[in-house]
Amino acid sequence: MLQENETTAEARRHMAVCNACRYCESYCAVFPAMTMRREFSTGDLTHLANLCHGCKGCYHACQYAPPHEFGINLPVTFAEIRAQSYAHYAWPRAMGTLFERNGTVVTLAAAIGVTLVLLLTMALVDPSILYTAQRGEGAFFRVIPMWLMVSLAGGTFGYAIIAMMIGGIRYWREVGGGAPAPAPLVDTAVDILTLRNLGGGGHGCNDVDDSFSSQKRWLHQAAFYGFMLCFAATTTGAIYHHFLGLRSPHPFFSLPVQLGTWGGVLLCLGTAGLIRLKIITDPMPVAKRLVGGEYAMLSLLFLVSATGLLLLVVRHTGAMGVMLALHLGLVLALFVALPYSKMVHGVYRGLALWRHAREKRGSGMVAAE
Amino acid sequence: MVDLTRVWDVLVAGGGNAALSAAITARRAGASVLLVEHAPHSMRGGNSRHTRNLRALHPAPTDVLTESYLEEEYWDDLLRVTGGKTDEHLARMCIRASQHAPDFLKSCGVVFQPSLSGTLSLSRTNAFFLGGGKALVNALYRTAEQLGIGILYDTEVQHIDVQDGFATEAIISHHGFPERVRFKALIASAGGFQANRDWLRKYWGDAADNFQIRGTPYAQGRLLRDLLDQGVQEVGDPTQFHAVANDARAPMEDGGLAMRLDCVPFAVVVNRDVERFYDEGEDVWPKRYAIWGRLIAQQPGQVAFAVTDSKALHNYLPSVFPPYKADSIAELAGMAGIDAGKLEKVIADYNAAVRPGTFQPMKPDDCRTEGLTPPKSHWARLIDTPPFYCHPLKPGITFTFLGVKVSDRARIIMADGKPSANMFASGEIMAGNILGQGYLAGFGMTIGTVFGRLAGEEAARNVRN
Repeated sequence: MLQENETTAEARRHMAVCNACRYCESYCAVFPAMTMRREFSTGDLTHLANLCHGCKGCYHACQYAPPHEFGINLPVTFAEIRAQSYAHYAWPRAMGTLFERNGTVVTLAAAIGVTLVLLLTMALVDPSILYTAQRGEGAFFRVIPMWLMVSLAGGTFGYAIIAMMIGGIRYWREVGGGAPAPAPLVDTAVDILTLRNLGGGGHGCNDVDDSFSSQKRWLHQAAFYGFMLCFAATTTGAIYHHFLGLRSPHPFFSLPVQLGTWGGVLLCLGTAGLIRLKIITDPMPVAKRLVGGEYAMLSLLFLVSATGLLLLVVRHTGAMGVMLALHLGLVLALFVALPYSKMVHGVYRGLALWRHAREKRGSGMVAAE
Repeated sequence: MVDLTRVWDVLVAGGGNAALSAAITARRAGASVLLVEHAPHSMRGGNSRHTRNLRALHPAPTDVLTESYLEEEYWDDLLRVTGGKTDEHLARMCIRASQHAPDFLKSCGVVFQPSLSGTLSLSRTNAFFLGGGKALVNALYRTAEQLGIGILYDTEVQHIDVQDGFATEAIISHHGFPERVRFKALIASAGGFQANRDWLRKYWGDAADNFQIRGTPYAQGRLLRDLLDQGVQEVGDPTQFHAVANDARAPMEDGGLAMRLDCVPFAVVVNRDVERFYDEGEDVWPKRYAIWGRLIAQQPGQVAFAVTDSKALHNYLPSVFPPYKADSIAELAGMAGIDAGKLEKVIADYNAAVRPGTFQPMKPDDCRTEGLTPPKSHWARLIDTPPFYCHPLKPGITFTFLGVKVSDRARIIMADGKPSANMFASGEIMAGNILGQGYLAGFGMTIGTVFGRLAGEEAARNVRN
């Protein structure tokens, strides 16, 4: 469990005001979840903080926002608690410190990933391969041997999944999630796949200022589904390779390349758009300490997808080798950084939504919504 | 950059819902409009910032209101809370026009909640702003900006030059600098004087120092005083205000809605001298919450203490500040700083008078006292299950009733009964025409929107002619 600290005390003070006011009850899931409680343990606060999608509607609507002496700023307070929970539930525990100065950590991971793959490539194959055009079946693996590509990517991704699962399980137990119930998973899936809580009831969020827009929701969807398409591209690529005997590079109109291309385009658009939003948004409801890590992760995702697309463009030229190494290095960095970056929000947000879906069913709130 | 050298068609003094409804309507009718708001940008919107809903007539369910709420019922509700201190012609006009208020606000970008799950079951009569009054204020300002309305923050209208009922120019203080504004029509929407403690002191003496001002500290009544001093006819009892039971530990100004306490029906309430002074269980809280501010204002020290036990804790909304909590009544009295022996006796006498009944928190039940003065007519249960709780209470003033007299076209009426040539009013500064006493939840915003629109229309027409 998170230790009591200034931020948890501040969040509890916020909840005292919010739970007596309740003007925000129609904004998102946080407020109905709050009204189900009168006392707020650190577990409850962690749950509510991870349920918060950072839409900032409650800040711009708040009669008690700064400069009011109550200084209510839930988006910042909850963002701080989220960050603390990411660090606290990191696995192994010692790695939680990586959430401090997370922007530097993610950037370093990217730099090291790229350097490592370039060096490995040069050490393991003839360095000139990096500069000469490679064509035909198995071209990629002439640059980076398949065993190396699979073991690096598979190993790091596998590690990331295990680390995040352990974090998720510890989170669920300590926060007081209770016995996992399968039925609310449907609601949870809908919440995640539609980003319902970034809808603000249909008219959007306060993405930039007190006006409403759906930019953040659409951009996040683009990034999310883009990421998923890229993942599907890799999976279908593996199926092609191992079961259909089809070796990469695949033709442009093949399934893996199509999935990867559109996934990459969406991921580029989504991450670039989200970076732009972060730059132009009203800074008041933003936890400034944390934006470094967010910029770094968004940039890394952008670079992964951008280099993937560039690889497609230059794959028949002499630039392919370097681009492939660059792309794989960044992918490697992404996988390694995954459990120690903003990306873990997906795990805890999902669990918080799951718990909320169950609490809603338990309290009969489903009919009321 | 707002041009202060030009002659504006319409000057709107004030920056809440009533002012913005007027400004937007006048601008849409083609007038050039300058809106002058005393508060800085972050605290803009007057008391509208603290509101939550507006009461609207509707013959059939709408997307934001359930069932129906017709003129006669609305009028009856108003008649009951005002005790007849209202102007039937103006009131019925306002009630009828309220039907169109939600659509007008929607056209200005205001978003309403689909329905309400909170404790006050008002979704039949009242349309709730999504996110509350500040979100409404944000939307209205955004619309005003898009329409090209000139907006000055941190700017107080200090004086209007009135000659024979005709306003010629205004003296304003713009970021502390004196400026003159010339205009063709004035809309006064600058609220009441509830935040002006010196003015309250004239009627209430030292007690005024203990009144908490629930809303904006900018409601100083400067424009109201200025207009009344220049021959505008006044309405409403100057000594009276609307007040609720607030947490005694709330900020003295701008504490807003969350400071109100609705534990009274489930509690026993004593004053500083540890005496009960009113039937806590007279009626359901939404109908009674508005009288408790005044009741407490009339007690010594303007303070009271609501005592409950652990049974009642979840019958009312949680308070921002935790109540005093103790395992004995005597200990509780010590925490509240009142006489322990007296409180034990009050609770013992009360417990002895409680008759058995079936407790029903949401409607007047049969749990009452017998042989107790004053009685507790409903929700009277034994206070016997520790821990015991005590909420200290003070009066929280929402608004004052004194205002300028207006016609049914929002035109200001002079003391001699003649209508002003070019002055109009909307909002709290004229609400006393309709609300002579009491309050109906969400009616202030209705008056503001309805009269704001009327004032905007009339001012724009005045300018064109």
